[in-house]
Amino acid sequence: MIGLYRPGTSPVHRAPAWAKLAALAVGTTLLVALATPAAVAVGAAVAAAAAAAARLPARTAAAQLWPLRWFVVALVPFQVWSGGWRAAVVVVGTLVVAVLAAAVVTLTTRASDLLDVLTAALAPLRRVGVDPDRVALLLALTVRAVPVLAAASASVGEARRARGLERSPRALLVPLVVRSVRHAHLLGEALTARGVDD
Amino acid sequence: MIRLRDVVHRYGERTVLDGISLDLPERRIGVVGANGSGKSTLARTLNGLVLPTSGTVEVDGLDTRREGAAVRRRVGFVFSDPDAQIVMPTVAEDVAFSLRRSKLPRADVARRVGEVLERFSLADHADAPAHLLSGGQKQLLALAAVLVLDPAVLVMDEPTTLLDLRNARAITDLVADLPQQVVLVTHHLDLLDDADRVLVVHEGRIAADAPPAQAVAAYRALMA
Repeated sequence: MIGLYRPGTSPVHRAPAWAKLAALAVGTTLLVALATPAAVAVGAAVAAAAAAAARLPARTAAAQLWPLRWFVVALVPFQVWSGGWRAAVVVVGTLVVAVLAAAVVTLTTRASDLLDVLTAALAPLRRVGVDPDRVALLLALTVRAVPVLAAASASVGEARRARGLERSPRALLVPLVVRSVRHAHLLGEALTARGVDD
Repeated sequence: MIRLRDVVHRYGERTVLDGISLDLPERRIGVVGANGSGKSTLARTLNGLVLPTSGTVEVDGLDTRREGAAVRRRVGFVFSDPDAQIVMPTVAEDVAFSLRRSKLPRADVARRVGEVLERFSLADHADAPAHLLSGGQKQLLALAAVLVLDPAVLVMDEPTTLLDLRNARAITDLVADLPQQVVLVTHHLDLLDDADRVLVVHEGRIAADAPPAQAVAAYRALMA
């Protein structure tokens, strides 16, 4: 969701957001419930077919899986040791297939459409005091905070190096926390100014 | 019209605004002052972001304390750091976020978003991740997200501070053509040339209130 969306006109792009999210939820639940190498193989085929139907470049799809590499490297030997090859294929395969399927959904669906689905899904909780719009806003802000904090971290890291304090965790954490709190304060003001609380 | 009467604001023991009374009917109003002079707090009182400790602020007869929501619908606010204003992941979504509570049909939202992005030369970036825009484009996006609501008044608190001269000029050229009343808080004195009236804020008071040339001269004298 962090700006992953790739505009397009494929059938997957045009499918309603609720349908894609429902398919993702059902598919991953089935993978976990069945927990067999055959189910993982079928899931992988379906996710790959969806990525192809969405006309996503292989490089883009692979980029979504790349951050998993260290989990895979750590999980495979552990699963082989604790449960054998079958367990390793099921556990690691389920993880990779689920991330690929989720990436297909986020690459082909605008964040605002996903938030609309979330808002509608949470509507019944209004009766117990939950504000769905507020939950959706919280999620949007969380997603938005990732690049902001990444940029702040890079900038603070540069300042730390410029002062020759590369090895000082305090020189990283203190300014980063101060910047984060300041950003949160300014964002709160901006949201108020945009009438979010009205 | 914006009207302030005996506005005092304190942060703890510190008095930031000290009895300011103003009527602001002009279309283009500039505000200058040293860091910590109170100019940003003054700007924030204009749409109810800051409520005065005592005194009143009214916009077209609406009191910011009693009718804050109505005031904020009339008064758009642009901050100096656009990163703190952008909420949604992509450009078009962020502009549309401003209309989220308008109950407009989806097609109308898309049309209005498209129009404002076209006007601000951001149409080609509609689906681009907002965090990857340049600083100038981010500030244009922040401005677009405010103007899509068509406010009567636009308050801008140092909107060009983080921009280079070209982007600063692009923003001010765009603002110059807006039909809205504009209150511009800035350190860039050359951006005040086109103002109808400039306020110099010093230690929480209005130290000068004059056309640009006289006000800037008074400000320079204060800073000397």
